[in-house]
Amino acid sequence: MTLDFLIYKIILVLIVFSITLLVATYSTYAERKIAAFLQDRIGPDRAGPFGILQPLADAVKMFMKEEIIPNVSNKALFVLGPGICMLTACMTGVIIPWGKTINIGGTDYPLQIADVNIGILYLFGVLSLGVYGIMIGGWASNNKYSLLGAIRASSQMISYEVAMGISIIALVMTTGTLSTAEIAAQQHGWHWNVLIQPLGCLIFIICAFAETNRAPFDLPECETELVGGYHTEYSSMKLGLFLFSEYINMFISSAVIATFYFGGYNMPLIGRWVHDPNALAILGIVFLFMKIVGFIFFFMWVRWTLPRFRYDQLMNLGWKILIPLSILNLVLTGAWMMRHEIMVYFVK
Amino acid sequence: MLLAVQSTPLDFLPIALMFVVALGFVVIMLFLTHQLGPKKKSKVKLETFECGIEVQGNARLPFSIKYFLVAILFVLFDVEVIFMYPWAVNFKQLGLIGFVEMLTFVGFLLVGFYYILKKGALKWE
Amino acid sequence: MITTYLFYLLSFLAIMFALMVVFSKNPIHSVLYLVLAFFTIAGHYVLLNAQFLAAVHIIVYAGAIMVLFLFVIMLLNLNKETEPHKSVWLKASAAVASGSLLVVLVGSLKGAAGIQSAKTFDASIGLIENLGQTLFNDFLLPFEVSSILLLSAMVGAVMLGKKSIK
Repeated sequence: MTLDFLIYKIILVLIVFSITLLVATYSTYAERKIAAFLQDRIGPDRAGPFGILQPLADAVKMFMKEEIIPNVSNKALFVLGPGICMLTACMTGVIIPWGKTINIGGTDYPLQIADVNIGILYLFGVLSLGVYGIMIGGWASNNKYSLLGAIRASSQMISYEVAMGISIIALVMTTGTLSTAEIAAQQHGWHWNVLIQPLGCLIFIICAFAETNRAPFDLPECETELVGGYHTEYSSMKLGLFLFSEYINMFISSAVIATFYFGGYNMPLIGRWVHDPNALAILGIVFLFMKIVGFIFFFMWVRWTLPRFRYDQLMNLGWKILIPLSILNLVLTGAWMMRHEIMVYFVK
Repeated sequence: MLLAVQSTPLDFLPIALMFVVALGFVVIMLFLTHQLGPKKKSKVKLETFECGIEVQGNARLPFSIKYFLVAILFVLFDVEVIFMYPWAVNFKQLGLIGFVEMLTFVGFLLVGFYYILKKGALKWE
Repeated sequence: MITTYLFYLLSFLAIMFALMVVFSKNPIHSVLYLVLAFFTIAGHYVLLNAQFLAAVHIIVYAGAIMVLFLFVIMLLNLNKETEPHKSVWLKASAAVASGSLLVVLVGSLKGAAGIQSAKTFDASIGLIENLGQTLFNDFLLPFEVSSILLLSAMVGAVMLGKKSIK
């Protein structure tokens, strides 16, 4: 390990972190604009041209609001809840390959913070820890609505984690690796995984909606039943951290869906016209972000189109439909990949 | 017989860097919001919200055992899924035998799953 | 060199968090300290290059079992100070039981002192590819038996839960 390596990693970490924050901030703006567009309204248009400075105004407002900690709450845990939520949301970005390697002065710099051998498992580990922030925050508030919201949210998240895990296993069978960099690199040209794993991709996307607590799976915060859900008691930036982590999760989920199933930074045919590796790498980043923006738009489109599930429907979808479907997908994938061996066995 | 896979603990160093950056950010945010903003506390303001009526007791209530059952089943399924990862990575090398092994494993999983459904453990009303 | 320092740091943190688990008054705090202790242990696994084990440790222990613990503690009614008064006999038997466990652990550590020298250790043995090869070729029977174990656990959970559902 050299000093160069360390400096390069620190710079990469800072860049990815700030881009994550920037995209999440502007997702809030995009959400309001898209909601307005879908409902034939104008949306925020006062702060700056087209309301483009609205997220900044929101951030200032969040900071300047009074911080209220209910006197019956568990104070330390009350502060800890949103902190954990934000922390786990930020930690998933490290395994996303944002592009190929960039060559500066004869040295190759991969555009991925940490290419760990067990990338997918790391992702699941961080994902499974996301429950804690919501649970601790909801419980520490000592409010019945918060408690119910927190329990609902955590039950929902753990239920969909199983189906998500099984659908990913079918993907791992075809790729033969858990490294995200490897998975992205395998999908060059038209070899996108969604073409090999359409059912697995569908299950994964549905589970990603449930994991991020986005509509139609936003029962933990359904205002008609539970006031504000697990963050009923929160105010100022602590509320901001909860909401913000939701948008970060949405951004990272979009990046993960794009990387796992939709080719990541790859774009078919681009290699015919562009030959310079550095230009290709930069174009790769552009393509990945185009896909990510597409998925973020999809997330928002679904939110403003579909009504919310009822809780029993949600649980039935997770346990009785998605888990059997993902197991079926696993077995079918295995049988298809082993078709020659099975044929040989029966012919003999 | 070990496969020639290159991976060292050093790969995890950037994750630690990211952790430090994210932790610093969260701490600064929480500290700033504590410093900024007005501080006019009153007894009513610090009460928990209960749709405008006076708070009845507190929220340290026992809740439905259903959620608890879901959590237990999740732990069991999670362990099963974890067992599948080493198999899926080696799927092509293990061949047909490996596939049959996993079918047996998934078979047991499905028997348990069928039992759970049959007993109505996941029935919500 | 750095790994040695990291080892001592992680060990210190692990022991400290484990002690905090025992000494915290609030059971929720205990659970959170236990989660932190699990993290430090996962860090140890990473230092040993057993990456799969580290990930599993976090996913299964911190992400699943501790969530279950949190559910259970939230399910308990924490309003009353329901710390039951424990009799002297119970305390004495607990002391004897944990003391004998300590003796067993110390004894096994002494026995294990010279089992493996660092030279014959292959650093890539803990990676998931090698682990899968070993698990599905050499340890096939224990693997299949474990699925039966999980099946029986499912049946047990449903039986326990059903009593109160009906």
